[in-house]
Amino acid sequence: MSQSVLLETKNLRKTFEIKGRGTLTAVNGVSLTLREGETLGLVGESGCGKTTLGRTIVKLYKPDAGQILYQGRDIWQFGRKENLHYRKDVQMIFQDPYASLDPLSVVSTSIAEGLDIHGLYPGKARRERVLELLQMVGLNKEHANRFPHEFSGGQRQRIGIARALAVEPKLIVCDEPISALDVSIQAQVMNLLVRLQRDMGLSYLFITHDLSMVKAISDRIAVMYLGSIVELAPANTLYREHCHPYTEALLSAIPLPDPDVEATRRRILLKGDIPSPVNLGPGCPFASRCPHAKPICREQQPALKEVSPGHFAACHEVE
Amino acid sequence: MLNRNTCPDFTPLSPDELTGEEMARPETTYFKDVWRNLKKRKTAIASLVVLGLLVVMVLVGPMMNEYNYYSNDYSAANQPPSPAHWFGTDTLGRDLWTRVWVGGRVSLLIAILATIIPYAIGMMIGGISGYFGGKVDMFIMRLIDVLMGIPSLIYDILLIMVLGSGSIATLVIAFTITGWLGSARTTRGLVLQLKEREFVMASATLGASPMRIILRHLLPNTLGIIVVGMTMTIPSVIFAEAFLSFIGLGITPPNPSWGQLIKEASEVFKQYPYRFIIPCIFVGLTMLCFNLLGDGLRDALDPRLRT
Repeated sequence: MSQSVLLETKNLRKTFEIKGRGTLTAVNGVSLTLREGETLGLVGESGCGKTTLGRTIVKLYKPDAGQILYQGRDIWQFGRKENLHYRKDVQMIFQDPYASLDPLSVVSTSIAEGLDIHGLYPGKARRERVLELLQMVGLNKEHANRFPHEFSGGQRQRIGIARALAVEPKLIVCDEPISALDVSIQAQVMNLLVRLQRDMGLSYLFITHDLSMVKAISDRIAVMYLGSIVELAPANTLYREHCHPYTEALLSAIPLPDPDVEATRRRILLKGDIPSPVNLGPGCPFASRCPHAKPICREQQPALKEVSPGHFAACHEVE
Repeated sequence: MLNRNTCPDFTPLSPDELTGEEMARPETTYFKDVWRNLKKRKTAIASLVVLGLLVVMVLVGPMMNEYNYYSNDYSAANQPPSPAHWFGTDTLGRDLWTRVWVGGRVSLLIAILATIIPYAIGMMIGGISGYFGGKVDMFIMRLIDVLMGIPSLIYDILLIMVLGSGSIATLVIAFTITGWLGSARTTRGLVLQLKEREFVMASATLGASPMRIILRHLLPNTLGIIVVGMTMTIPSVIFAEAFLSFIGLGITPPNPSWGQLIKEASEVFKQYPYRFIIPCIFVGLTMLCFNLLGDGLRDALDPRLRT
């Protein structure tokens, strides 16, 4: 791919102290690149650190180690002005549409908050911009003066999208934007996101646990397990030529639409639960549940290795 | 099949004419909307009207007869309510009608100032403490713990000795120094809950400064609960002032206040019950109105509770 790199994380690490129980490692040495105009899907099961990674990228959390480079520069070295610029360029769409809007603000106030903060569209233009954004996400101007509780989940998620779009961002971190919605509404919101990306050249970091959805919209997909990226590949490659045992197990869990095929589908059932991210030991994070685990897996964490161009996997088994 | 072109009653609508839902609300902000909703609550509005009347009477009441609140007239001492003295007179022959309204000025002013000022300070400090957390929170909370451990009467007495007794400003300062502690704690607790909500993160992602987040999002969301606490504080302030006046640290005679009138009258309650009952009615009415108003405000402050 020839597009230039927009954002890059280098060995990003984020831990949380839990009183009396030690350290929870939510993100453990993640290195990713995000190119302009691409959608990078990030999949993994609950509690694997996807959301923490997203929030660290939008600078809600300060990483404990590693760097986030935006257009080649470390975002934690930014001055005041550059910081505000970064806040404009990188936005987030949140998981829970019921919690992501201030219950006391009417929709137009919520959407215009970014405009007010960055001083964009002052005076009369502000109202027009809000109406334009409402239209862009498929709501109409009558909705501008209503409160969030008067909307359905899907409509609220559109308001959240309009709020993020208001400041004309380059990158949007979508933190499971559709997981709280009905299936029919999911499709509407996904179509909206895809259309907006096409029209505005946005980049998405799309965090989800919905494997079929992520395949449909991502250029590349990263699979995360217990804070680490275990496999990263172009979307089609990942579904056809995955080589990490966790990816294999994850993909085998996708239900198939054909009932006959579905009945005979081979599923890999992993033993046990995802281990606790508190006080992580050495070795491959997946070793405790991996059907192919060898002694080395418990001692040394495998690095991401390039299997074929653009396809990386972190497993000792993979050459 | 029905041919729609031959049906005269209906014609197809062109897409330009389609205007969507025609239920647009006038442009509004949160506080305009709160007022609009408060207006719909009859008890709250009635309370507001009664409080307004009390304020008007407190201002013009003393001018409605020829007496003033400090002149003694021993020939007219201890009179019951009569056409000459509408509320009667006290032991020194002072007109109670005048004294009740002049006393109301002090009581209402202290009640409002010594509630709003400490609450404003407490909410701000609690908001900062809860939002920033960590060391800032630790420091502010321990400070509050220490200050709360010392009885507020000690501060009041020391302060009044330093600043001199008798003025409303001194009393307001004295009540403020201890009054912000409770509201700061409550606000901090509420902010700790709220700041993990995604709308606060969304605001931070948009580049909002901590002050903007605290003032625009966190504090307004705590108001509904804080307002209830505020309405409960008002009567306690009125009585605290009465108590301080009683031990000679509050408003000094001959200046009256409602609390002081009640204290004075309680000594001769058996002989002259009207002297006790009249100021009590006004204190009670004020408390009731503030409570009902607070109740209505709490409902109006939450858009989800609206009809």
